[in-house]
Parts: sequence; C-alpha cells; structure tokens
Amino acid sequence: MSEFRTPIKDARGLGSSHFGVGHWWAQRTTALALIPLLLWFVIGIAVHGGADYAAAREWVGSPVTAVLMVVTLGAVFYHGALGVQVVIEDYVDGEGLKLVLLLLVRAAAILLALAGIFAVLSIAFGG
Amino acid sequence: MAKFSLPANSKVTEGERYTAPSGAKDIKVFKVYRWDPDSGRNPRLDAYEVDMGSCGPMVLDALIKIKNEVDSTLTFRRSCREGICGSCAMNIDGQNTLACTKAVEDVKGEVRVYPLPSMPVVKDLVPDLTHFYAQYASIKPWIRTQTPAPPDRERLQSKEDRAELDGLYECILCACCSTSCPSYWWNPDRYLGPAVLLQAYRWIADSRDEATGERLDDLEDPFKLYRCHTIMNCTSVCPKGLNPAKAIAEIKKLMIERR
Repeated sequence: MSEFRTPIKDARGLGSSHFGVGHWWAQRTTALALIPLLLWFVIGIAVHGGADYAAAREWVGSPVTAVLMVVTLGAVFYHGALGVQVVIEDYVDGEGLKLVLLLLVRAAAILLALAGIFAVLSIAFGG
Repeated sequence: MAKFSLPANSKVTEGERYTAPSGAKDIKVFKVYRWDPDSGRNPRLDAYEVDMGSCGPMVLDALIKIKNEVDSTLTFRRSCREGICGSCAMNIDGQNTLACTKAVEDVKGEVRVYPLPSMPVVKDLVPDLTHFYAQYASIKPWIRTQTPAPPDRERLQSKEDRAELDGLYECILCACCSTSCPSYWWNPDRYLGPAVLLQAYRWIADSRDEATGERLDDLEDPFKLYRCHTIMNCTSVCPKGLNPAKAIAEIKKLMIERR
C-alpha cells in the first residue's frame, strides 16, 4: 500500500467499470453453443475421415455443413479469445504488456476465424 | 506476472525443536510458522511436541498451551475460542480454518500451522488484513434506504424475506475463504474476493435495503466481481459452512436479469 494513502483509497481504486456482464454472458452462451456444434464437428470429421478429396469437398461445401462450419468457427474463436483474455487478465500484472497481449489475442482470433470462414465459403461457392 | 514462488527472504527454513516434558504419553508435533519482523531473518518452522494428555482438544488449545508453557513469543490472534469472532483464522494442515474449531485429532501426523496464505505477515501467525477490511468497507455494508425509518418501530421484514439472509448473515469475516482463493491471490488489489462478495450479496438480498441497483452497479466490473472463476475453494474451507460461491453466482444471475 502506498504511503500517506488510506486503505479505502486503495480498495476503491478507480471504481467500477460497469462492464463485464457481456463478456461473462458471451463466454457462457458460446460454451453452451459449442457443446452440440463440436459434437457435430467431431462426428462429421470422423465419418468423412476416409473420404477422398472430392467427397470431402462436397461435404464441406453442402449448405448445411458450410453454415454450421461457419457458426462453429465463429463460436470457437470468440469463445477462445474471451477465455485467453481472462487468463491474461488473471496472470499478467503490467498494464502495458497486458494491453499488448490482449490486442494480439483479439487480432489472432479474428484473423484465424476469418481465414477459416473464408476457406469454407471458398469451397461452398466453388472458388 | 503473478508470482508463483516465494521471494528469497520469505523462504521458510527449518526452526527449533521443543521436546515434550518427560512422562508425556500422547505426544503430537506442531510445526508452526514463525517470523519476527525485527530479527531480519527468514521465516522458520518451529516444531513443538505437545502432550495432548494435558491439553484441550482444539488446535487453538495447543497454541495457547505452547505460548503459556513453552514459548511466550509465539504470536497469534484469538478471542472467543468458539468460532464466532474469526480472529484465529489460519492455515492448519493445508487448509484455512479457525484454530478454535479445528480438532487436533482430525489431523493425521504432524500439525502444520501457517498464517493465512497470500497476506502480508505482521508476525508469526498474524496476517495484515487492512486491505481486506478496506475492501469490506468499500461495499458499504450497512442498510441504505431512501425511505426514512418508521419513527416508532424498526423496519419490518416478512419471515420469507428474512430467510433470504440465512447462509449470509452468519459470515464472521475471518478471511479463510478469500485467502484460499487463487483468483484473490493473483489480483487482491482489484478482485473483492469471496468474503466481501458474500457480504455484498447479503445487502443485495436484504428486502429492507433500497440501494440494490447501486450495489450491483458498484460490483459490475471484470475485476471486482468477474475474477471469480468458480474454483470453489471458498466454499470448501468456510469454517461456518457457508457458500460464498453460491452468493457470487446469485450476484451474477442478477447482473444478467437486469441487462
């Protein structure tokens, strides 16, 4: 505790940011959504494990698979980014380093999600 | 980064051993954390052999016996010796609890006694709880209303509304839960911790309090409230059998409800 400051001054700090409910709710809802989505994804991959290139393309490019795949990719990277953000906030002390890491995680999640979604759409639209 | 190992001057060394008087039959060894801020030395673990034949049943009885008969410099807080004041909270056999309600016979082998984890140590088993109490004060733990109190009687509450406070009002602020919480270890400056959040919910749940919204406003923060990752150490150590994790979950539910 800093000298000449009261304990209450430190405990109250910068006050409440009135933020955090959205993050928590999004993490829980994406977690719920990912239960059936990942189940579907794993079963789909297992079923098409031995398929040749053309058959696999056909499966990924079919409307239902493509839409579910895009939703799964979005949910996975959104949920992942939220989770890693919490880990960084938990364990990294310095505000500067914390900010840089949070931005990097956000950027990586957005890039990877877009790359995955682009790949699925390319196949779906026969690109 | 969060610190995962003790700094060099906090590493615990082997201490003295005090043997039991001859003729002692039922000997129990207490290994007690000792640190004197004036000595400039590292903390040490002293071993005291206590004759349980002439000692009360609780860990606090043994500590008092040691202080009275063996080593008067042993320093710890205690008052009520019946689990209502919360003074003798410490880490016994690897778990935070009250020394006065922890039976020695429930501990197998040596009884290891440390101060509450993660708090600055004042001396021996006495932790500095200044910040913990300041956090408690920061949630304004008193009734806040717009309506003046009736002039001729107290503020009334139905039996059902009063029952909402069961499991909350019993908290004695011993800090066992907060200092057992890894989230509180890493971010004590901003996370309020289970004890203070349970107390915050005690006022949120009170039918007579009219500042529910303001109380929720003050808690709506990724650090003050949402550092709770439902690790549940709080609930498993609470010496009063309370459930701080549930109180925190109730606050989170209200946050969703008012979105």
